[in-house]
Amino acid sequence: MGRAKLPRKSTNIDMTAMCDVAFLLLSFFILTTKFKPAEAIAVETPSSVASKVAPSKDFVLITITKDGKVFLTLDDEQRKEFIANSLNSTRNLGIDVAAFKKAGFIGAPIAGLKSFLAIPEENRKGDQLPGIPVMDSTNNELVTWLQLVNESYAGAKMDLLLKGDNVSKYPSFRNVITALKKNDILKFQMITNPENAPMGSELWKKSMSGEKQEN
Amino acid sequence: MAELDTSGGGHKKKGPGVKKGKKLSTRVDLTPMVDLGFLLITFFIFTTTMSQPTAMKLFLPDDKVNPEEQNKAKESGVLTIMMGADNHIYYYEGQLKVDASGNNFMSASYNGENSIRDVIMKKKADVRSRATDPENPEKDFVVVIKPGKECTYKNVIDILDEMAINVVKKYALVDISADEAKLVELSDASAKPSTSN
Repeated sequence: MGRAKLPRKSTNIDMTAMCDVAFLLLSFFILTTKFKPAEAIAVETPSSVASKVAPSKDFVLITITKDGKVFLTLDDEQRKEFIANSLNSTRNLGIDVAAFKKAGFIGAPIAGLKSFLAIPEENRKGDQLPGIPVMDSTNNELVTWLQLVNESYAGAKMDLLLKGDNVSKYPSFRNVITALKKNDILKFQMITNPENAPMGSELWKKSMSGEKQEN
Repeated sequence: MAELDTSGGGHKKKGPGVKKGKKLSTRVDLTPMVDLGFLLITFFIFTTTMSQPTAMKLFLPDDKVNPEEQNKAKESGVLTIMMGADNHIYYYEGQLKVDASGNNFMSASYNGENSIRDVIMKKKADVRSRATDPENPEKDFVVVIKPGKECTYKNVIDILDEMAINVVKKYALVDISADEAKLVELSDASAKPSTSN
């Protein structure tokens, strides 16, 4: 009466393949993740319906913080070297070109640039630095900086970005614009967070009908 | 793969003739490792920022151009928007008139009732209805943006954004005049603070 005993199959599954997949994905995500760098200058940007992605390399960035201080960030090290050299030769500042090339941003009056560069990079915090003086119309140093930037680009196409804080007051923005105008830079881009066009607005209708947005 | 040589670990090398001990299973349970792997994957997926900042373009007018060569705007097609402190916003159509003969200095808000968007759209429709050139009915429509010294960067961006939202082709960012600044200041002082969107 006995039934033939079926051989007991093991219930273990080989997890090796799954493990391989998991770690492959893991390494992919680790390698492609760019952590948001701890920003030395804290800025909360407003939102806009603009859909063009801001350029992330070879740009010139002007930052306006919430107390209206202005900072300049240059991306290209060669151009920074050029600027440092020409500052040294025309104004005899004696700044450290290597330190200037390494600096993430510039946030001090030109006269105090040497002591600014002496501060270790990780201790340069936007809220403790004086920023580039722009408020005084007779001494708008951003004009000088942009002139140098213009020279360093020597006619090449320049991506000028402006990143302002939500609550910074208009006068500092206006002074930046004045500096831009003085250097004949009449085209720039403002960094914003993306936002959808409000329902029912003309732009919304346009994008619904499949028309391409210009900006 | 995933099999470890568990035989003979720790034991002395067996000499010839010594009977081999029972072979232990060489399989390692990989389930916890898979768990860990997927946990980390989830973490990295969620911490990856998806939204990249966008950039809106702005073209500045050239101040150095002779006033004679500058574009003249028709009075009937001009809407001037002024921004004051505490998210206040004011506008007038055509020329500013604040005297006994009339007052066209009005206030609006960034969102909600009486929003600046409605004002812009109404003005746009108005200009369109009076247009003489059917090819380009919005030719005369110009928005002049005059930020006061108390308004914030966000206010300026919001208004520039409003130009994009309402597809206003011609607009200009202009410095506020002394008279208008005074009016904005007075109105700011008397009005209640309002919120922006």
